Amino acid sequence: MGNKKKVMFVSVVILILMLLSALIIKVPLPEITMIPEVVFKVGGLPITNSFIAVLIGDIFIFLLVWLGTKKMELVPRGAQNFVEMIVAGAYDFAEDVAGKENARKYFPLVMSIFLFVLVSNWIELLPGVDTIGVIRKISEGHGYAVSSFLGLQNLVAASGHYQLAAFARTPSTDLNLTVGLALISVIYTQVAGIQTMGIGYFKRFIDLSSPLNFFVGLLEIVSETAKIISFSFRLFGNLFAGTVLLFVMTFLVPLFLVLPFYGLEVFVGFIQAFVFAILTLIFLVLAVSHHGDESGESNESVPGELANS
Amino acid sequence: MDLGYLKLIGAGLAIGLGAIGPGIGIGLVVMGAVQAMGRNPEAAGEIRTNMIVGIAFAEAVSIYALVVALLLLFVF
Repeated sequence: MGNKKKVMFVSVVILILMLLSALIIKVPLPEITMIPEVVFKVGGLPITNSFIAVLIGDIFIFLLVWLGTKKMELVPRGAQNFVEMIVAGAYDFAEDVAGKENARKYFPLVMSIFLFVLVSNWIELLPGVDTIGVIRKISEGHGYAVSSFLGLQNLVAASGHYQLAAFARTPSTDLNLTVGLALISVIYTQVAGIQTMGIGYFKRFIDLSSPLNFFVGLLEIVSETAKIISFSFRLFGNLFAGTVLLFVMTFLVPLFLVLPFYGLEVFVGFIQAFVFAILTLIFLVLAVSHHGDESGESNESVPGELANS
Repeated sequence: MDLGYLKLIGAGLAIGLGAIGPGIGIGLVVMGAVQAMGRNPEAAGEIRTNMIVGIAFAEAVSIYALVVALLLLFVF
């Protein structure tokens, strides 16, 4: 009974704090743009804030794998154990989906995509991303006033002429990155199809055997192109919406309300990375086995038998 | 009416109406998957994978609506 009362008391206190914070603390809403800010330039090459965040994510993955493979032991411990757990689990899963031979061939690409997208999604959750940066004077649009706290400038929720250009931005909310990943995935799918089936791969797209098959081929071309759009905008849309959600929730109620949405974003980030990787794998498997069932005895059966023996 | 406001209305309608179909579709996909998992719990892992892939395909339709909304807001 005492425990129940404690829970009640804590929740009432949290609710009151939420209400008070919504009334007293005014938080400026960060600028919501699709275009990443250029932080500085290296010899004419603009370095955007999403690029900086990608570098942070890359360094994290590199360190993790370096720690995991630095001192390889037969009985893994520590970081090696962790890396082996991730990779072995994912490999078993890929074998379930794609079969033994295809999984062995395409697992490196798919796993790289998964880890990269996962880390660049979860950068969203780090404190300081989208909130620490330089304050710039803007000539047009909605801005905020500036005040100083402990020698550091910060924006306050009053109308003014200043906006924040953050040092780091969630990489997946930059359309350049998601389109790049989608192009890698779709182009590599075509390359893998040509590698396995040779020139016969193009029979999917241009099939003159009957009028119906010709139109099916046209539809295949459209769906290959639409794959680039749906891959890139799925990742971009989910993560962009996620960041805007976190912005707006903090803007409405500064304390506590945003916490469940952070939990939601952990989940969304994982699911989107998983979907990106698993769709790449499935499209790869479809591309290398599309006509294999009907006319597969020419050049395809040889590597298959080699792998089975 | 000002063209800017019409653009905002158009963008809102594009994503709002475009999300109805995928919403129903994802609901149907998950309904089928959960029923299948209830009947055959051993195949739950495989069904879950296929469910997520199916959701991703249904979601693709709403992504085209999102593209239209973003184009209206930021490009035109």
